[in-house]
Amino acid sequence: MIWLNQIINGVLLGGYYALIACGLSLMFGVMNIINLAHGDLAVLGAFLVWLICEHTGISPFIAFIAVLPTMAALGWVLQRAILDRSLRSGILVPILSTFGLAIVIENLLFSQFGADSRSLASVMGSLSYDSWALTSQIYIGKLAVLIFAVAVLLLLGLHVFLKRTALGRAIRATSEDPDTAELVGINARAVYATSAAIAVSTVAIAGLFLGMRASFAPYAGPAQLIFAFEAVVIGGSGSLWGTLVGGIVLGIAQNIGAQINPNWFLLAGHLTFLAVLIGRIFLRELLAHGMIPALLGQRS
Amino acid sequence: MTPKMPVSVQRWTPTSVAAIGVLIAIVVALAFAPFVLGANAIDKLITLYIYVIIAAMWNALAGYAGLVSVGQQAFFGLGAYAAIRLSNAGIEVYSALALGALAGGLISIPLSWFMLRLRDGEFAIGMWVVAVVAHLLVVQDKLINGETGTSLRALTAYAANDRRAYTYWMALGAMVLFLALIFVLLRSRLGASVQAIRDDEEAAAAVGVRVLRGKVIIFVLAATGAAAAGALWLATAISFQPATYFGVQWSAYMIFMALVGGLGTFEGPILGALLFFLVQDVFGEVGVWYLVGLGLVAIFFALFMPRGIWGTIEDRFGIRLMPVGYRLRLPDSVVLAAKTEEDAAAGS
Repeated sequence: MIWLNQIINGVLLGGYYALIACGLSLMFGVMNIINLAHGDLAVLGAFLVWLICEHTGISPFIAFIAVLPTMAALGWVLQRAILDRSLRSGILVPILSTFGLAIVIENLLFSQFGADSRSLASVMGSLSYDSWALTSQIYIGKLAVLIFAVAVLLLLGLHVFLKRTALGRAIRATSEDPDTAELVGINARAVYATSAAIAVSTVAIAGLFLGMRASFAPYAGPAQLIFAFEAVVIGGSGSLWGTLVGGIVLGIAQNIGAQINPNWFLLAGHLTFLAVLIGRIFLRELLAHGMIPALLGQRS
Repeated sequence: MTPKMPVSVQRWTPTSVAAIGVLIAIVVALAFAPFVLGANAIDKLITLYIYVIIAAMWNALAGYAGLVSVGQQAFFGLGAYAAIRLSNAGIEVYSALALGALAGGLISIPLSWFMLRLRDGEFAIGMWVVAVVAHLLVVQDKLINGETGTSLRALTAYAANDRRAYTYWMALGAMVLFLALIFVLLRSRLGASVQAIRDDEEAAAAVGVRVLRGKVIIFVLAATGAAAAGALWLATAISFQPATYFGVQWSAYMIFMALVGGLGTFEGPILGALLFFLVQDVFGEVGVWYLVGLGLVAIFFALFMPRGIWGTIEDRFGIRLMPVGYRLRLPDSVVLAAKTEEDAAAGS
C-alpha cells in the first residue's frame, strides 16, 4: 500500500515536471534552442510572486496575475535581445549565451534576496498541507492534484492553440522551415518572439507552483532545468504529451527511489533518465544495423 | 582557363618558429620558480596553470570538436575523488594524484559511447546530469563523509614548502603535457577531421571522416585534462568538499576563459585563463557582482565577438603564433597582380 501511495504521488509530481518542461519543449520544438536559463526563469517567477505576497499579504494566485504578463514580456525581450541573434550564428552561441544569462539571473537573485530559502506556504492558507486520505496509508495532497490538473489543462490548451488557431499554425510552420514560412507571409521573427513569450509564461506558472509546493532559493534554477530537460527527453523531444509521460516517469522513479532509501530521491530520477537514454540509443543502434530481426530469429 | 600557379602550403611561419622558441624558454624559466619565488606567488601560479589546463581542454572539446559541455566538473571532481580513494588504499600520494587523473579520464570512455550520440544542447545538459549523478554517487561513499567532505591526509606527511614545490612542478608538467597533446593532435590528420565534423558533420562523414572516432578521442582527452586539474586542485587545497569540486561554476569558468580568449584557437584559452586569473586577483574571490559580470561578459562575447580576443586579433592581423593550422602562400607576383587590379578598381 505504501508503494501505491508513492506511485500515485509520483504521478502527481510528474504533473509539476510536465508544467516546467512544456516551456522548454516548446522553445526547443520551435527554435531548436535549449534555453539553459529556463530553470532560473522559473525561480525568478517564484521570487516575483513571493515578493508581492510578502509586501501585500495577498494570495499567490492573485499576485500571479501581475507576474504572468511581466514574465511574458521578459520572454519577448529575451528573444529579441539574445536568442534572435544566437539563432543566426550556429549551434554554440545559443548554449553559451543562455548559460551566461543563467549565471546573471542566479547571482542577481542572490544579491537581492540572499541565500535563504523562501516559501509561499505562509500566504496560501491550508492548501499547503490539506490532503485527502483515500485509505489509512494513501494520502493525496490537494495542492499536488491542483498542480497536476493545471498541467493537463495547460498541455491541452497548448495543443489546441497550436493545432487550431492561425497563430498556432504560423508557429508550427515556422518551426518546420522559417524561410518557407516567410515566403507565405509569416513574420518568423515575430513568431519566435511570440513563442518565447508563451514559453516563458508557462515557466511563470511553473514558478508559481515551485514556490507553493516547496521552498526555493536563488541557486535552485539548475535543478529545475535538469528536471525539465529529463522530462522532455524521457517523453521524446518535441511532443507535448510525451512531456507529461516523461514527467510522470521521472516523478514515479524519484518517489520509489526515496521509498527505498531517503537519500535516493534525486539519484533514482537521474539514473532512470540515463537508463532511458542508453536504452533508446542502444535500440536505435540495433535497428540501424538491422539486428532486431536477427534477434527475433528472422532473416533480415 | 587559369594557368597553374606555384601555390605552396605553409605550416611554420617565422613568427611561429620564434614563438615556440620563446615558449620553451618561458617554460624552462618557470621550472625554476620554486627556488626564486615566495609561497604566495607559487600558489597563485599553480592556480593559473590549473586554469590554463581546464580552459584549453574545454576549448579542445567545444572550440575544435563542437561539443559544448556544461558537465566537465564531473571529471574534475572524479579526478580528485579517485586520488583520495587510491591514496586511502595505500598508494603513495603523488602517484595517487596522477593515477586519479587517469582514472577520471578512463570513466569518460564508456560515457562517450552514449553521450556523444546526443546532439548540441542535449549533449550540454546531458553532461550536466552526468556531473550531478557523479556528485550524488560520490557523496554516498562513507569515506567522503557526505557533503562535509574529507581531506588528502597523506599529503600532510610532506613539509609545506616541499609539498608546494612538488605540486607546482606537477601542475607545470601537466599544463605543458596537455598543451603539447592538443598541439600534436591538432596538427595531425585528426585535428583536421574533428574541425570538419564541427563545421558540418554530414559533409565530413560524406568525404570519409570517421566522425565518432575523432569525437571520442577529443572527449577522452578533455575528460582526462579536467580530471588532472581536479587532482591538482586537491593537491593544493588538500580538503575535498564534494559541492566545491562538482559545482557547475567550473563550467562557467571554463566557458568564460575559452570564450573570451578565443574559441577554436590554440592561444585563446591560454590568454583567457591569464585574463580570468588577473581579474580574479584584482576583484578578489568570487563575489556575487563579480559573477554577474562574468555572465554578462560571456553573453557579450557569445553574441558579438564569438571568436574571442585572440580570434579577432588573428583575423585582423593574420598572426599565427602556434602553427596548428595551414596557410596558403601565393607567389608574390600573384599577390602583386591582385593588388594592382584592386587599386585600379578603386581608382575608376
